[in-house]
Amino acid sequence: MNARSWTTIAAPVAVGLVFLLLWHLIVAVNDIPPYIVPGPLLVLDTLLQDWDALFRSLLITLQVTGSALLLAVVLGSLLSVLFVQSRLLEAALLPYAVILQVTPLVAIAPLIIIWVDDPFDALVICATVASIFPVIANTTVGLRSVDTGLLDLFRLYGASRTQILLRLRIPSAAPYFFAGLRVATALALIGAVVAEFVAGTGGTRSGLAYQILQAGLQLKIPRLFAALFLITATGVVLFLVVSWLSRLALRRWHESEVAQEDTRRT
Amino acid sequence: MNSSPNAPAAVDIRGASKTYPNGTRALEPIDLTVREGEFVTIVGPSGCGKSTLLRLIAGLSAPSTGDISLSPGFTPPRLAYVFQSPTLMPWANVRANVRLPLDLAGMARSEAEQATDHVLDLVGLQECARAFPRELSGGMQMRVSIARALATGPRLLLMDEPFGALDEITRNRLDREISELSARENLTVLFVTHSIYEAVFLSSRVLVMSPRPGHIAGEVAIDAPRPRRAAFRNMPEFFARSAQLSEMLGAAMTEAAQ
Repeated sequence: MNARSWTTIAAPVAVGLVFLLLWHLIVAVNDIPPYIVPGPLLVLDTLLQDWDALFRSLLITLQVTGSALLLAVVLGSLLSVLFVQSRLLEAALLPYAVILQVTPLVAIAPLIIIWVDDPFDALVICATVASIFPVIANTTVGLRSVDTGLLDLFRLYGASRTQILLRLRIPSAAPYFFAGLRVATALALIGAVVAEFVAGTGGTRSGLAYQILQAGLQLKIPRLFAALFLITATGVVLFLVVSWLSRLALRRWHESEVAQEDTRRT
Repeated sequence: MNSSPNAPAAVDIRGASKTYPNGTRALEPIDLTVREGEFVTIVGPSGCGKSTLLRLIAGLSAPSTGDISLSPGFTPPRLAYVFQSPTLMPWANVRANVRLPLDLAGMARSEAEQATDHVLDLVGLQECARAFPRELSGGMQMRVSIARALATGPRLLLMDEPFGALDEITRNRLDREISELSARENLTVLFVTHSIYEAVFLSSRVLVMSPRPGHIAGEVAIDAPRPRRAAFRNMPEFFARSAQLSEMLGAAMTEAAQ
């Protein structure tokens, strides 16, 4: 490992450690009670103590996020393909996608929760609504951003619309799609959490947002912090997974993911 | 091999012109016959309609008036086009790029692989078959583009300033290779360039085009047998024809300026 990649790991870790230390000292020196701000050690302790309940909730939140992301990717990509094949469809549908995007989720979540019987399904729909737009917007631009020379080449050899879509448009769209997927991943998690806050439903299938809500009401602030930490950690891990997928798909050819060393041959 | 004046026509253009929807007249009505086995080069300044003419012949754009007919056996996929830039799929390796026209035609995989191997050998790319376009130099990328054009076994090759972006040394080498290849495979070639020297080295016939609007201002036959060796660049005929073309091009430019 070279010096540069060491700094990219060591520098943020150092900042994190300094932050934790300051947090601990401020709480300890000022004797702040745990129901206002718990120290980092107490949060860690609570996380381990309440691990079973918190982990069960984490899995639910992950399920909602994952299902919503899958739906957003499948529906969003399909819509993009339709938009690119037909200007009429795009003109007819895109404004509604925009309306869906600009309407705050907290405003429509209650309606969705009333209309959909199963609370889990309702949460998935909310998170999908929150995350589908970047997939549609990016993939549509990507499918259109085709090199005109290559398009001429495909036409010269009599390529069909399907061949142009599969062999030219979809590969051209991949970098745009992955950029959209990163944004959509973060939005799906936010959507899953916000929707559960609005729903406020408990029971056996409650996610991390409900844990936070409950912990807040019962003034179990360390537990609230522990749940919050899990949400953040989940977001970071999901982001890393998507970045890794993107690198895997693009590293051989796209400038955004190609290694820094120049590998040109003459 | 050199074409005789009696060889059958591969391309026959009768009064074809091109006016773009915005009213720009790119090409005045043009008459041109390209015979089988001929290497015809079009020289002219930017905006004289050279590329437009090539696109019309390839069917990438429709003429506003007139008629362009390709003889049977000279239509796609037996017609191949080499663009100004290499125009490769960046997500596919060299082999997949070269195989593309065969894949699009629905050729069986094993047969397509065989044809791909053959053309990769022809242009000396076998060693880079697994490389991606971005890993190659400009000259090598152009070679891939030529290999792809040859993959379908074309009889008519349209080349639009293919070596314009390359350094002179690489360009001279590729010119030599194209000269040999076209003679060996008995290709009919229509080649567009800015360079008088490239035109004289390669062609059996050079057309001079002049802009505003584009038309053919003159034509020079170059009789030396093809393929030509590097030494041809030092022969009296090379200098004489270059001077003649240079003069014609100058006259065409003055005419256009008035």
